[in-house]
Amino acid sequence: MSEIIIKNGFVFDPLQGIRGDKVDIAIKDGKIVETTALTNPKTIDAAGMTVMAGGVDIHSHVVGPKVNTGRLFRPEEKLFQNIKKTGSRMEMGTSIPSVYKTGYDYARMGYSYVNEAAMPPLHSPHVHEEIRDTPIIDISAMPVFGNNWFSLEYLKNNEIENNAAYTAWLLRATRGFGIKIVNPGGSEAWGWGLNCANIHEPVPYFDVTPAQIITGSIETNEYLGLPHSIHIHPNNLGNPGNYVDTLETLKLAEGYTAKNAFGRTQVMHLTHLQFHAYGGEGFNFESKVPEIMDYVNSHDNITVDIGQVTLDETTTMTADGPFEHHLRAVNNLKWANVDVELETAAGVVPFVYSANNKANAVQWAIGLEIGLLAKDPMRTYITTDHPNAGPFTRYPRVIKWLMSQAAREAQMDAFKHRDKVIDVTNIAGIDRELTLYEIAQMTRAGTAKALGIADMYGGLAPGMDADVAIYNLNAESMPSDAEEIEKAFSRCAYMLKDGIVAVKDGEIVAEPAKRTIWVDVKVPENAQVNRDIYEHFLKHYSLKLENYSLFEEHLHNPRVIEVNAAE
Amino acid sequence: MPKKIENVGCPYCGVCCDDLVVTVSDDGRKVLEVENACAIGNEIFQHASSEGRISLPRLRQPDGTYKDISYDEAVDYAARVLIKAKKPLIFGFGSTNCEGMAAAAKVAEKAGAVLDNCASICHGSSFLAIFDNGYPSCTLGETKNRADVIVYWGSNPAHAHPRHMSRYSIFPRGFFTGKGHKGRKIIVIDPRYTDTARVADIYVQVKQGQDYDLFNAFRTVIRGEDIPDEVAGVKKEQILQVAEILKKARFGTIFYGMGLCHSDGRNHNVDIAISMTRDLNDFTKWTIMAMRGHYNIAGPGVVWAWTTGYPYCIDMSKKDRAYMNPGETSSVDLAMRDEVDAFFNVGTDAGAHFPIEAVKHLKKHPWITIDPNICMASEISDLHIPVGIVGVEVPGIVYRMDNVPIQYRQVLNPPDGVISDEELFERIHQRISEIEAEEGITQTSAAAAGTQTSFVGE
Repeated sequence: MSEIIIKNGFVFDPLQGIRGDKVDIAIKDGKIVETTALTNPKTIDAAGMTVMAGGVDIHSHVVGPKVNTGRLFRPEEKLFQNIKKTGSRMEMGTSIPSVYKTGYDYARMGYSYVNEAAMPPLHSPHVHEEIRDTPIIDISAMPVFGNNWFSLEYLKNNEIENNAAYTAWLLRATRGFGIKIVNPGGSEAWGWGLNCANIHEPVPYFDVTPAQIITGSIETNEYLGLPHSIHIHPNNLGNPGNYVDTLETLKLAEGYTAKNAFGRTQVMHLTHLQFHAYGGEGFNFESKVPEIMDYVNSHDNITVDIGQVTLDETTTMTADGPFEHHLRAVNNLKWANVDVELETAAGVVPFVYSANNKANAVQWAIGLEIGLLAKDPMRTYITTDHPNAGPFTRYPRVIKWLMSQAAREAQMDAFKHRDKVIDVTNIAGIDRELTLYEIAQMTRAGTAKALGIADMYGGLAPGMDADVAIYNLNAESMPSDAEEIEKAFSRCAYMLKDGIVAVKDGEIVAEPAKRTIWVDVKVPENAQVNRDIYEHFLKHYSLKLENYSLFEEHLHNPRVIEVNAAE
Repeated sequence: MPKKIENVGCPYCGVCCDDLVVTVSDDGRKVLEVENACAIGNEIFQHASSEGRISLPRLRQPDGTYKDISYDEAVDYAARVLIKAKKPLIFGFGSTNCEGMAAAAKVAEKAGAVLDNCASICHGSSFLAIFDNGYPSCTLGETKNRADVIVYWGSNPAHAHPRHMSRYSIFPRGFFTGKGHKGRKIIVIDPRYTDTARVADIYVQVKQGQDYDLFNAFRTVIRGEDIPDEVAGVKKEQILQVAEILKKARFGTIFYGMGLCHSDGRNHNVDIAISMTRDLNDFTKWTIMAMRGHYNIAGPGVVWAWTTGYPYCIDMSKKDRAYMNPGETSSVDLAMRDEVDAFFNVGTDAGAHFPIEAVKHLKKHPWITIDPNICMASEISDLHIPVGIVGVEVPGIVYRMDNVPIQYRQVLNPPDGVISDEELFERIHQRISEIEAEEGITQTSAAAAGTQTSFVGE
């Protein structure tokens, strides 16, 4: 394979502590190597440019049934597009792009890894079919556990070993990556049209509280020593006053420390925090970010991502079935719902975030406050909860807002209710502008560490995958116009995947093979769990156990992370 | 020794039973016994090893007879037809796997074809309603485990989906439904007193073509308003009685079929059915589900949505983008207007199911049938390419009527030399690329002559 050396660029690699120094990056056979290992490399001259590892997205909805329901039931968002076909396949869709557009657009932004945030286990063959067709980017997918009948039963009785054995079985059955929890207990309650409004409200029939589900899941995760921590979308999303529930949820992690061999230090990743940091009530809601971020900043065993509202028309989708039903009544647009037997319940509703709407503008401010009040960018990550708060293609815009106070002020001046928004938020008083180093922490180094994959992704140390993004940004003389920042991050100058140049000057030039990352955990044989699995499939699932686990032939280009919890 | 293969998925209807046990002969050539399948499913397996299977592509000769040709020749013929055509139509996919559908989409994009599936003449009206109003649904196991009220409206599973009632809706005992049939109320709404209606607790005889009115009446009553003494041929008392059951349910599912999609109102019937489901969720939990016909007819909608963003009627003639407008880009309409100049009939029988005028127009142009079986379409084709029977000879993923993916198995070897839909479409794709490369010179000269849109090989 070819050898490449990237010369003269300003390198930002937080995993190695490189802060914009001019370091040569050497690539051989798809891996980063020492420069001395090269014999006759091709040179990429990155003079005046910024070099980072390929981006690692910790939370995004890109493949699977609810994403595809969004694509299917929104033909309107494909009209009037002016698309130029540059890759091997056409690119369709906006907030919920086709798999091809998803892969190409991530690559154009310099991303090489995406963690699909919610895989209904029953639909895992669907998820893997879409992964097969998504070009360039490596993908892992987290099966949802927080409303799974097996877990509800085990955690009610505090049977951590059994829950762990079941978790290991399900990760293997679905070729999944880690423990995702969405509205614990609430989505099961939605089976009866109900919800769990806070972490103490017991789940109908199962009589276990969301708090028990969360702590039990943390214990399960650390018992197994998985690469990633539990990844939670807490109860009561989107409701004013919910910061109380969020703080209570975060506090459940107290006393737990990470046990794993992957360099991960958190025991809880709380996702799209923006939706969970609201004070006040009704339409008079307000930012409670300082309270929440004070807590996050002072507790090392927690990581969060933002879920930034980008003020676009988008498509909300979540395994929080009751929330989507609630949203349907807010905007009266079309509503899709899929309750999945024994496992979860998802909904999909289109949504328009408008700068003219006070509530949406407050959400915008809350999201940015999270990024700007973060003391440790290695524990606070940039996401838009794609496509819920906005499409992932807006990451460059989010980066612009975080890096430029002028850009934020320009946006605030465009709000119809500017003064009211400023009254109930803290954004106007924050003059912090994040640095390129901090952006690298929030978009690759930190996320790779939290996912437990920082030995392969998110950095540029020898031995790691040669996934590299080169942005047209001169770190020594940053553009005075913040728009240039957004432009640079939207279309990178180069994106290399496994040492192959996939993007040049913002366009796709090659489509190197992508991978499916999954976690295979060895656990002791557990007769009770085997019997429970047998029983539930015999009596309650609508398909056979033998047809549920993903067939090997439907797993595409796998990269397995092995964990031994049997000792 | 005959071999027993368990947990086999059935390639008949959208119920996708995956509990079949198939016994095959020692040499893997013949199905000896099929357990658990309905009569129709059983027949599909038996048919696979019956006499008279086609094992080579057949090309129409000037004298009107078919002549056997090799797969290479057939692939070349198909590729050249696609290259030459300005707007080919690739239609069908009721009976193949998702791998084949994905490969077909790749070919359609390359060839600038219109890609459409049987929903176009079936549940397409459901798609129109879903585009407008959403789809509050669930998986079939949810219905089995929770539902205490079941509505079949304009569908007759006793005949069309033989094991639907026993596997998922009326009879099974689920987690919260331990009493099975005894714990459920069954409501059947249909102009005909069907065999499904015979097992109903309440049969509502709606006047033919007046389903919309009846939905309207239910919605009105559910909201607490008054209605006339009779609506759509149904007495007010019965409407009130049913509405009360709907509101008092713990969990309900409405299963609807062609009775809504293809009677007066069509997509509007489905639309208001969805609206009623939305309304009912203000009181309790309700879901709705289309009774999709073939075992994998949900598949193309799913696969092509992630490919192009559209489930059906996908016009890719521009090659760099897709466009959907049912009525304009739907197969029968295209055919009736004689707008397509080549036709691929894949895993279906357009010869039997399209209006005769549409067939006559399509027949003016090259017609290629890709299907394991002899059918009306294959008998009027210019080229018939046999493929393995999915679910019997070819494994793969299919989507059940509730969009749950089911992994199907192979129980028999296909007849010697017969390939899968997926391999066939991959080879056609490959062949188009080769021919385009060979004829690259003509392409360049056309571009040099200032032709803005050059159709290769024209």
